[in-house]
Amino acid sequence: MSTQVDPRVYVLETREISKNFGAVKAIDQLTMSILREWLTCIVGPNGSGKSTLINLLSGMLPLDGGIVVIDNVGLRVVKAHDSPDHGITRTFQEVRLFDQISVWDNIMVVLTERRVFPALLERTKPRHRDEAERILKSVGMWEKRDAMAQDLSYGQRKLLEIGRAIAMDVQIYLFDEPFAGLFPRMLEQVKSILKDMREQDRSIVFVSHNMDIVRELADHLFVLDSGALLAVGETDEVLSRSSVIDAYLGN
Amino acid sequence: MSIATGALRNIQDVARDPRSWWQRSKGNIELWANLIVIGWALAFMLWRGGGFAITVGSVFAIWAILAVSLNLVVGYTGLLSVGHIGFFGIGAYAMAVLSSNASYEQLRTEAIPTFGWPFFAALPFSVILAGLVALVVGVAFNRFRDDIYVLVSFGFAVIAFTTFLSWRNLTRGAFGIHEIARPAIGSWVFEEELEFLALLLVFLGLVVLIAWLIVTSSFGRVLTAIREDEQAIAVFGYHTTHYKLAIWVISAMMAGLAGALLASWSTFIDPNSFVLLESVLLVSIVILGGLASIWGSLLGALAFVMLEEGMRFVPFLPSEFIGQIRQVILGILLVLLMLFRPQGLVGRFKL
Repeated sequence: MSTQVDPRVYVLETREISKNFGAVKAIDQLTMSILREWLTCIVGPNGSGKSTLINLLSGMLPLDGGIVVIDNVGLRVVKAHDSPDHGITRTFQEVRLFDQISVWDNIMVVLTERRVFPALLERTKPRHRDEAERILKSVGMWEKRDAMAQDLSYGQRKLLEIGRAIAMDVQIYLFDEPFAGLFPRMLEQVKSILKDMREQDRSIVFVSHNMDIVRELADHLFVLDSGALLAVGETDEVLSRSSVIDAYLGN
Repeated sequence: MSIATGALRNIQDVARDPRSWWQRSKGNIELWANLIVIGWALAFMLWRGGGFAITVGSVFAIWAILAVSLNLVVGYTGLLSVGHIGFFGIGAYAMAVLSSNASYEQLRTEAIPTFGWPFFAALPFSVILAGLVALVVGVAFNRFRDDIYVLVSFGFAVIAFTTFLSWRNLTRGAFGIHEIARPAIGSWVFEEELEFLALLLVFLGLVVLIAWLIVTSSFGRVLTAIREDEQAIAVFGYHTTHYKLAIWVISAMMAGLAGALLASWSTFIDPNSFVLLESVLLVSIVILGGLASIWGSLLGALAFVMLEEGMRFVPFLPSEFIGQIRQVILGILLVLLMLFRPQGLVGRFKL
């Protein structure tokens, strides 16, 4: 699993980025490099800055310092609406769908025209329709396409959100706890979606607390603690380090 | 399309088994809301005759244009604006000032310049002026959201009203502007009320068509996503401020159109038509009819106008109380609606 292409190519790097909430250093001078076309996992105790990191990388929070490097372009400011142009999309720890519109429209809305005036004139196009159908079928939500997003079960909402990210068709996917709160059947479904995406040469970063899944899926592992990097490396190797075991995994 | 096919299937089912109709429709609140409001309006018009129907139809058309335009902002985009009456007033005053032919010197009150433009020359100007003001206001408003948005839009309505009242060498303040031009095509002037009603309905149809094209476009879908979670839709590559500004300006232009039509229809306007209360009533119509539903806004406007006109014929009710009682009833209706049917009569979205 962990024998991937070398020489290593970095798709996303951070150089000494920081984020403070008042006196709390949520992210503290963090420097890390995420490998292209690998499945990367970020683990760490609650409050270690995992979600903050994803919010910074997707532009939903402004950086307090440091640089984000995407495909060798350094950025001091990452704007949320520019993140797809940088090849980044994401899901949220607390699922954020467009609740009072249909499942179908939740996917369609990320497929269509971005610019205001062309969007005003754009009617639903067959290629958008086909793409939405393909994605909804791939996450098993095709039967539910006319339901309102708010009427879905928790697991279905999670799947739809992943589907929406897939619809973005970018290089880098940031999944914030995609496995949390799922029943085994859906858990397997999400696992196989992530594996498929790696087969299609996407770069995936996900946050998880489930060590079995981390061992099974992740090629590369970052361990965060108090906004700083505690350990980094290939998953099996990192998880066998005594410092990581002591600090994070316990026993 | 799904509504049409659904309706067709219902009709087929009912045709197969007519007795099933009651079973099928007794729980359908939307159907009953439609039947009651439209049936009530038609019955009333038949009872009161043609002149009443023409007046009610005209008032309805103007409120309906306003309601549809505001629904684009409140219902589809989720920006609760109570300042829309300002754009209505700007359109009305632009039409009034440009097309009035009155010779005020004889009236020995405030004299204002008269331009005497024909209706169809002043109309595009009124619409564009409302749009330009909306552009400036919208840029400032874009930084606000939710309850603060309500407050700043409230402020805009107050400023607009005060301007109409106080800029006396343009608006004649409380005296109002007389002799506003009626539309004319060549030598054919829309003097008859029935002719004007036809014109109003044409414009209402145009506004409904444009609104429908907008909400069914890709742009319209993005508006609903902004309403649901603006931060989230931004992360998928949308400049939400551009979208909010665009719909705000479009909506204001429609309100400006409604204002220009009102000015020409009544041939006289004064600031009383543009007080904040009218704006609140307008928001009530939109919520009553149903947020994010164009049909709901039409239905809401019809219910509102019928409530107002219908009250005139309630026996033993002194005419000076009609206005207040209408508002009381509307208020009670809104409270009941929020309790039992927060999406409005035929709406798709809950506040």
